Amino acid sequence: MSDFIENDRSTDGVDRRGFLKCMAWAGAGLVWAAKGGILQSQAFGADPAPLAGADFTFAQISDSHIGFSKGIYTDVVGTLELAVARINSLPKTPALVLHTGDLTHLSKPREFDTVAQVMRSAKAEQTFYVPGEHDYFVDDGQQYRERFGRGTMGIGWQSFDYKGVHFIGLVNVANLTNGKSALGVLGADQLQWLQKDLAALGSSTPVVVFAHVPLWTVYAEWGWGTADAAQALGHLRRFGSVTILNGHIHQIVRKIEGNVTFHTARSTAFPQPEPGKAESPGPLKNLPAEKLRQMLGLTSVNYVERSGTLAVTDSSLA
Amino acid sequence: MQRFRIMWLYMAWALLLMIGAISATAWVRASGGGAARAADAVAPDPDLTPAPPAPPATRPSAGFKVSIDNFTFQPKEISVPAGATVTWVNHDDVPHTATSTGQPRAFDSRALDTDDKYSFTFKRPGVYHYFCKVHTHMTGTVIVK
Repeated sequence: MSDFIENDRSTDGVDRRGFLKCMAWAGAGLVWAAKGGILQSQAFGADPAPLAGADFTFAQISDSHIGFSKGIYTDVVGTLELAVARINSLPKTPALVLHTGDLTHLSKPREFDTVAQVMRSAKAEQTFYVPGEHDYFVDDGQQYRERFGRGTMGIGWQSFDYKGVHFIGLVNVANLTNGKSALGVLGADQLQWLQKDLAALGSSTPVVVFAHVPLWTVYAEWGWGTADAAQALGHLRRFGSVTILNGHIHQIVRKIEGNVTFHTARSTAFPQPEPGKAESPGPLKNLPAEKLRQMLGLTSVNYVERSGTLAVTDSSLA
Repeated sequence: MQRFRIMWLYMAWALLLMIGAISATAWVRASGGGAARAADAVAPDPDLTPAPPAPPATRPSAGFKVSIDNFTFQPKEISVPAGATVTWVNHDDVPHTATSTGQPRAFDSRALDTDDKYSFTFKRPGVYHYFCKVHTHMTGTVIVK
């Protein structure tokens, strides 16, 4: 399949026929490049030349749930190691890795130890973490912060710059209250900090936000959303390129809204049902063991400085 | 010939009597051992049937159970007398909690993994709403009278 744009009738850079061909490759991995809201796609594994100008690459993994073992999901450590091996064999070694939470299943010290141990073998310079509710609900995040909270503020939020891209790690699994249709909550303190953190940045600075629970409502009935995300998104509205990377739902969902690209990653441990396709959002039942690896995965993001694009690629562990 | 027939009759009758006697003896022995036997050929003698045990005295702190199944508390609402103990059992693949909504928390099960149990004794009457900290749309109520 050609990787050149052949049918650019509307001259907006979108090859719709090629796009449809590329969609058939979705299972193996798809490269999405978002530039000012316009979509460009290429099949993953095709000629890497167009991305050669990428300034750096980083990876996202999520929901490793170390400590979990049920049904066919009996080797979550093994599948996390597999994800790290895939990270290490990416055509361009990622500069950093983002783990979007639920590192452990029950916040046990040995579970955190195992995560740290496995992640040490990632070739990237550094791994940054945000906690999931499984890392937080047992002891209000104490164990998590002791081990992975270095350099973070408040309940564990942080921001840093890397080669001109501004990264923000948000914690939306603290301060849980009952009966809400969204599990995620950012809280007033964190939102105030976020506003200040962004204030100094120029609007052309690419921003990457990573947090555990999706920052938009994917499915209210299962709590898949963040109650006060609207305020955070308000602060991000003026930026030309915002990429929001989340986990929690153990499947890939993408949404583009103006200059904001939302993306959720697969888990490295177990998949969950699509919204409404099961009675409850637990580990997917009745999955044949041979299909497991294609339901788990990692994400790599290429940043191209010249065009300011962030190309998000998902690949499975199959 | 008639003699033989009469003999046969006598023998059959004697045999029946013997069987009856043996059964009755066996039955009396078994009953004497304390076991009540159902489906006996002979009607049980009320004097030999042991009396059923007296029902245990009901204690106010007898256990009440809430099952956690498929991301729901079953029953969602439970009424118990003051002093009663409620035990939550998690039957799901994923961990849950039973955490009271008020602050300070009246009770908090902390993480309940599959088949984990948590018990709390409700001494004071009132209405206790609770939820699961990891799946906040899961809610339940304990009404203590």
